[in-house]
Amino acid sequence: MDKIRGKAYVVGDNIDTDQIIPAIHLVYRIDIEEEAKNYGKYAMSGMDPKSIEVPFIEGDRYESDYTIMISGKNFGCGSSREHAPLALDKAGIKAVVAESYARIFYRNSVDGGFLVPYETKNRLVDEIKTGDELEISGNVLKNITTNKEYVLGELGDIEEIIKAGGIFNYAKENGFMTK
Amino acid sequence: MTIIEKILANKSGRTEVKPGDNIWVDVDVLLTHDVCGPGTMGIFKENFGQDAKVWDKEKIVLIPDHYIFTKDKYAMRNIEYVTQFAKEQDLKYFYEPFTDDYKGVCHVALAEEGHNKPGDVLFGTDSHTCTSGAFGQFASGIGNTDAGFIMGTGRLWVRVPESIKFQFDGKFPSYVMGKDIVLQTIGDIGFDGATYKCMEYAGDAISGLNMEERMTICNMAIEAGGKCGIIAADEVTKEYLAERGVTDYKVYNSDEDATYDSVHTYDASKLVPVVAKPYSPGNVEPAENLSHIDVTRSYIGSCTGGKTTDFIAAAKILKGEKVKIETFIVPATRNVERNFETIKIGGETLKEIFENAGCKIGPPSCAACLGGPEDTFGRTHADEVVIATTNRNFHGRMGSMDSQVYLASPYTAAASALTGKITDPRKYITKLEVEIDG
Repeated sequence: MDKIRGKAYVVGDNIDTDQIIPAIHLVYRIDIEEEAKNYGKYAMSGMDPKSIEVPFIEGDRYESDYTIMISGKNFGCGSSREHAPLALDKAGIKAVVAESYARIFYRNSVDGGFLVPYETKNRLVDEIKTGDELEISGNVLKNITTNKEYVLGELGDIEEIIKAGGIFNYAKENGFMTK
Repeated sequence: MTIIEKILANKSGRTEVKPGDNIWVDVDVLLTHDVCGPGTMGIFKENFGQDAKVWDKEKIVLIPDHYIFTKDKYAMRNIEYVTQFAKEQDLKYFYEPFTDDYKGVCHVALAEEGHNKPGDVLFGTDSHTCTSGAFGQFASGIGNTDAGFIMGTGRLWVRVPESIKFQFDGKFPSYVMGKDIVLQTIGDIGFDGATYKCMEYAGDAISGLNMEERMTICNMAIEAGGKCGIIAADEVTKEYLAERGVTDYKVYNSDEDATYDSVHTYDASKLVPVVAKPYSPGNVEPAENLSHIDVTRSYIGSCTGGKTTDFIAAAKILKGEKVKIETFIVPATRNVERNFETIKIGGETLKEIFENAGCKIGPPSCAACLGGPEDTFGRTHADEVVIATTNRNFHGRMGSMDSQVYLASPYTAAASALTGKITDPRKYITKLEVEIDG
């Protein structure tokens, strides 16, 4: 896996898909780039305003300054909308590190090739602050700002799908599917 | 093996599977709608070719239902997109909006139109696809990419889930509905208590429920993180299917010695009406403990709480009364809407009961359950406090970020509509004993 480096954005437990991308925005065409970038613009716009200390996206921009999202338990719960990992991808998120994931979000992230969903046994939401500079290499997460390291869960079978860039490429490369 | 293990073994050509196995299964039905259909179809074309044909035009069921009665131009374009796809692919089951073929909420329409079959594997681009588990089949929500893959190949890989068993012995009290039953179990195991697992409901009390109540229970398996919910098919299931001309299916039951992740046993008679408080469906408390909470709106509708059984329940309480807060009635499907005019209680149709009580009745669709475009019927726009028969109470779920949603049964939502406070329907217990006419 390629190294992923960038700033952390820290959120709490049970981040549901309505927070990641509210249903009102599920209308933009994904195959038209000019429209699809709206998913980046509205990523995380469903978070409770009272819980936000630093905005995920500043002003009218379409991309976030953050690259790695740090969360607690049950990230991505709720709807099956693939627009959720897509929106994070469009906003510039390359990896999420959470204690656990909701099943459909996890699967969509991998099969759609949107981002890498790493699992951790550590309560990183208490250890890492929004804006910290992070690097993920293999299954090690290094917080460059604090100079601390954390071991992440192995990706296991899904690593091959992620490396291929999603389920279609994986299926083609492995002869499960011919175009 | 459990029911779900037997179904997945059969559909992967094996004699046995166990939890944790990654297997490829053959798909019997792929469900999609207007919100996730365009993405799915785009991915299908991108990967299989612009002129590619779907793997089986009789196995894709396309039911637009989310954003139908809106002027939103993007929503209308999505409907045009899926309509064009259905026509160029000659899909047999396309329930086209703005025509006589339109049905409404996909999970309820699937059942009503005879697309659910015991033993089948159903995937849908909607997390509440698990509703169909009520028919003793494997049914689970997926994203656009997985659905695009199925569209071209008719197959998908799945990890065989562990099963959690919820055993309900005895008989449920008259004032407890399917919604109370499932909320109670989500509250007990937690909002992520069934992540990746199958929630199997069994016992005499479950057998005593009609198909719509069973659908309400399986519908909310996803709210505990479940991959699917399931109830074994029985005589009640067979009768429902026979009424729709469905006869070719395979009934599975869990073995006596099946292995479960955990087993939760309940005395059904002890259940009480419950409510899930903001902002999690697992935040469950008895309705009677919340009688101090003011609500400003009641909303009865959605795949969870917009079926005929749900409206008969609401009508029993609303008959002869006036609502104290604005109350929205949204039938899930055209069929449910038609029943408003034919089913009567004490000589009045359901429609008359709702109108005389001062409720607002909208056209069948997902409507405000998930907020939707600004002009959606019943959508919140300010700091409304809603008691709803829907399935999620996340921040901003019904529209406005400042509104709050309490999830409850149709009995509780209707009782609360009469008082303006969260109200345990036992307050109106004599009304619950009234039967429909005929």
